[in-house]
Amino acid sequence: MADAAPVPRARRRRLAPQAHRSNALHPGAWWLWSLGLATAASRTTNPLLIGLIVGVAGYVVAARRTSAPWARSYGAFVKLALVVIGIRLVFAIVLGSPIPGTHLIVTLPEVPLPDWAQGVRIGGRVTAEGVVFALYDGLRLAGLLICVGAANALASPARLLKSLPGALYEAGVAVVVAMTFAPNLIADVQRLRSARRLRGRPDKGLRGLLQVGLPVLEGALERSVALAAAMDARGFGRTAAVPARVRRTTAALTLGGLTGVCAGTYGLLTAEGSTYGLPVLGVGLAAALGGLWLGGRRSVRTRYRPDRWGWRAWAVAGSGAAVAALMIAANSGDAGALHPGVVPLVAPELPLLPAAAVLLGLLPAFVAPVPPPAEAPVPERRRPRPPRTPRPPRTSRTPRAPRTSRSSRTEEKTS
Amino acid sequence: MTMIRFEDVSVRYEGAAEPTVRGVDLSVPEGELVLLVGPSGVGKSTLLGTVSGLVPHFTGGTLRGRVTVAGRDTRTHKPRELADVVGTVGQDPLAHFVTDTVEDELAYGMESLGLAPDVMRRRVEETLDLLGLADLRDRPIATLSGGQQQRVAIGSVLTPHPRVLVLDEPTSALDPAAAEEVLAVLQRLVHDLGTTVLMAEHRLERVVQYADQVLLVAAPGEPPVLGDPAALMAVSPVCPPVVDLGRLAGADPLPLTVRDARRRTAGLRERLAGVEVPVGPVGAAHGAGAGRDAVPAARVERLAVRRGRVEALRRVDLSVAPGETVALMGRNGAGKSTLLSTLVGLLAPASGSARVGGAVPHRMAPRELIRHVGLVPQEPRDLLYADTVAGECAAADRDADAAAGTCRALVAELLPGIADDVHPRDLSEGQRLALALAIVLTARPPLLLLDEPTRGLDYGAKARLVTVLRGLAAQGHAIVLATHDVELAAELAHRVVILADGEVVADGPTADVVVSSPSFAPQVTKVLAPQPWLTATQVRSALRAAEGEATP
Repeated sequence: MADAAPVPRARRRRLAPQAHRSNALHPGAWWLWSLGLATAASRTTNPLLIGLIVGVAGYVVAARRTSAPWARSYGAFVKLALVVIGIRLVFAIVLGSPIPGTHLIVTLPEVPLPDWAQGVRIGGRVTAEGVVFALYDGLRLAGLLICVGAANALASPARLLKSLPGALYEAGVAVVVAMTFAPNLIADVQRLRSARRLRGRPDKGLRGLLQVGLPVLEGALERSVALAAAMDARGFGRTAAVPARVRRTTAALTLGGLTGVCAGTYGLLTAEGSTYGLPVLGVGLAAALGGLWLGGRRSVRTRYRPDRWGWRAWAVAGSGAAVAALMIAANSGDAGALHPGVVPLVAPELPLLPAAAVLLGLLPAFVAPVPPPAEAPVPERRRPRPPRTPRPPRTSRTPRAPRTSRSSRTEEKTS
Repeated sequence: MTMIRFEDVSVRYEGAAEPTVRGVDLSVPEGELVLLVGPSGVGKSTLLGTVSGLVPHFTGGTLRGRVTVAGRDTRTHKPRELADVVGTVGQDPLAHFVTDTVEDELAYGMESLGLAPDVMRRRVEETLDLLGLADLRDRPIATLSGGQQQRVAIGSVLTPHPRVLVLDEPTSALDPAAAEEVLAVLQRLVHDLGTTVLMAEHRLERVVQYADQVLLVAAPGEPPVLGDPAALMAVSPVCPPVVDLGRLAGADPLPLTVRDARRRTAGLRERLAGVEVPVGPVGAAHGAGAGRDAVPAARVERLAVRRGRVEALRRVDLSVAPGETVALMGRNGAGKSTLLSTLVGLLAPASGSARVGGAVPHRMAPRELIRHVGLVPQEPRDLLYADTVAGECAAADRDADAAAGTCRALVAELLPGIADDVHPRDLSEGQRLALALAIVLTARPPLLLLDEPTRGLDYGAKARLVTVLRGLAAQGHAIVLATHDVELAAELAHRVVILADGEVVADGPTADVVVSSPSFAPQVTKVLAPQPWLTATQVRSALRAAEGEATP
């Protein structure tokens, strides 16, 4: 086996090493990358470009995600994106669209509305232009959602929260605990609903769901009390003695800084305040950050193996930033190609330069460390097949056999 | 040197008439494994909580007297300020985890204490090796087995190098092999690192031989006694079968291990040499005999069940006759619960068939189903919704279309002296199990399934459960129980079925199956081998019968 296994691996030369704890990519890098893609998606309504962005994000997710629970969220985000497009289209059809159109698809019966509801229309003419405009608009939102979903699937949320500054640590823990509770809650609901069947009550339907509500909440409450006790016994919330002077300075800096940020933002947004806006915002931010830094001194916590920001993280974050920057630049240059017109209806074209820019976003699929095979995702559910259908033996692909067996073993433990 | 010192400690919770524990005045020396023994409800968890400071800082209530741990007074030190000297693991390891992967979990306590990063790294590596977790370091905790989770929980409190470890029922939910795994680790900590371990456990047969001292709380409100395990076992109301056998043989000092028992009870073996071993537990002949020609209560043929993409069961054949008791055994995750769930129709077979009294469970409507089969789940609380026992019983009568009062009569029979207006949540584990059992029995199902019924039960509650289930079997109920408890299986089951990785690997009369297996053999069998005795009760009644014949 030792001489057989490396052959297919050697043929595929990789830029990236196998992932382990020490070379794990900083979760912030994944977020910057995906926010870059999302910015790019928000700058265009060209369905071809948005499709390309979604494809790039999907490819990177497929190449680099693990079998961790959060990695499954990508599918949920894709479904959500489809729902968003659907809702946008339904609104455009039912409530009408401000886009003047000539290609009539269908005329819905219009609901007569009283005078005071002037400007609102239900039903009426549905034009191809209006539908296409709504589709483009929905696509843009969907693209944004899918990019965020990609970051969710690739970056461990717990590790991201670990990178928060010390003063925000407690808030981070609260979020982590909430995230581990959600799956437990769902498991509780399922268990209790099936228990209803054991008492001879229907285990399906809304009523069943409502009746288990109280026991589920009780269980969740009990679990959180037990967790709080465990955390307390493990030293959560130990604080260092901080001189009163430092404490007061922290409070003053944080409060003053936040006030400054508010005032500065207001100044920037109103026409009159544009002169003082920027400096006030800057001072406020600096004060708030100083307050956070000082506040961190109260916490005695240290960090175990924090993720380091190495060149791979720069490359991943940089590729996302580059996509965003190039798209913004393209927008100021050749805006027409990025926003295909709907009146009159024209077929969208793929502008080459922006498309090439989007492809830069594929970089993480080559430089980010590869998850080890045991952690590679396995299909969640396969259609049950009668066990006696024999699998044709695949002699040519024997090197893959140990891999599938290992991943199935990890899956077995989850049940 | 004294590590834990109790000075006239008593704890009383808000609204309770009597203190939960009182008169605790003793000291635990450094580097000892102390086992806290007593029936349910004597305040074992409370006593453990006073050591970590969770009682009274977290739970409320009033603590009188003083507890000092490594010289720190728990009245003035909050649990978090004791975190570097006391490590606590509660009953449910899942409720203990704060992070999501093994390595982060091991580091969590040290991070809270503010240890230097290089120290943390070194200790995590050491602990991974000490507990045999190195292969699991990157695994999400939710994907680990029960034994692995328990080891991670212990490891997570070990990394700050506490001098005292407090454990509440560390092996109750584990199969025999996983329990051995955890206990081996504890023994190593005591021997190699000089850690003081204070532990409460109901399954004495697993742990008593490891204890240096036993802390016995014989009854609620009685002051605890600390002393030599063998001496205290002689007066303890709860004791493992090996001690029971030792008492029977009149051994002094009482044996705590199978090895000691073999040596000290040689006389007993001679006395038993002439006595015929009864076939299986009481009623076995009747039950099995009646079942031969009757319709089977449950019949499973070439059953395969999938959970997600995992084949939880493969080609399982099983048939249970009326009046027969079958014990399903096997490690955690072997498919025992899946088989029970399939028999009540919670899961549909992927192939093969499961029939209960001739009907297909997963196609039956719930109201119809409960007349054919009843399941008491692992957590009996899942079956209880109402806020009083009386309300629960009335609901059960309605669900089963039974005459009003049917369920209440069953409760009175199984659990005498329980008030109508008690909240099910305030019952003890054993009482809750009895209530759930009564609810299930209201519909008079011919097939009764129990999943892990003895988890959290003390010996007294277990003995009552055994009596009840034997009575039900004698009335013709077929009973299937999934359990890790070999002693329970030996007491109760006519047949034992062992599952491994979703397949049946052994199926036969209890005596044949468990006697031949080193991990599933009950203690009495090990002691009296090669004679095939299973339980101390069996030996006692056989001796009584033999001597009764001899005297007249």
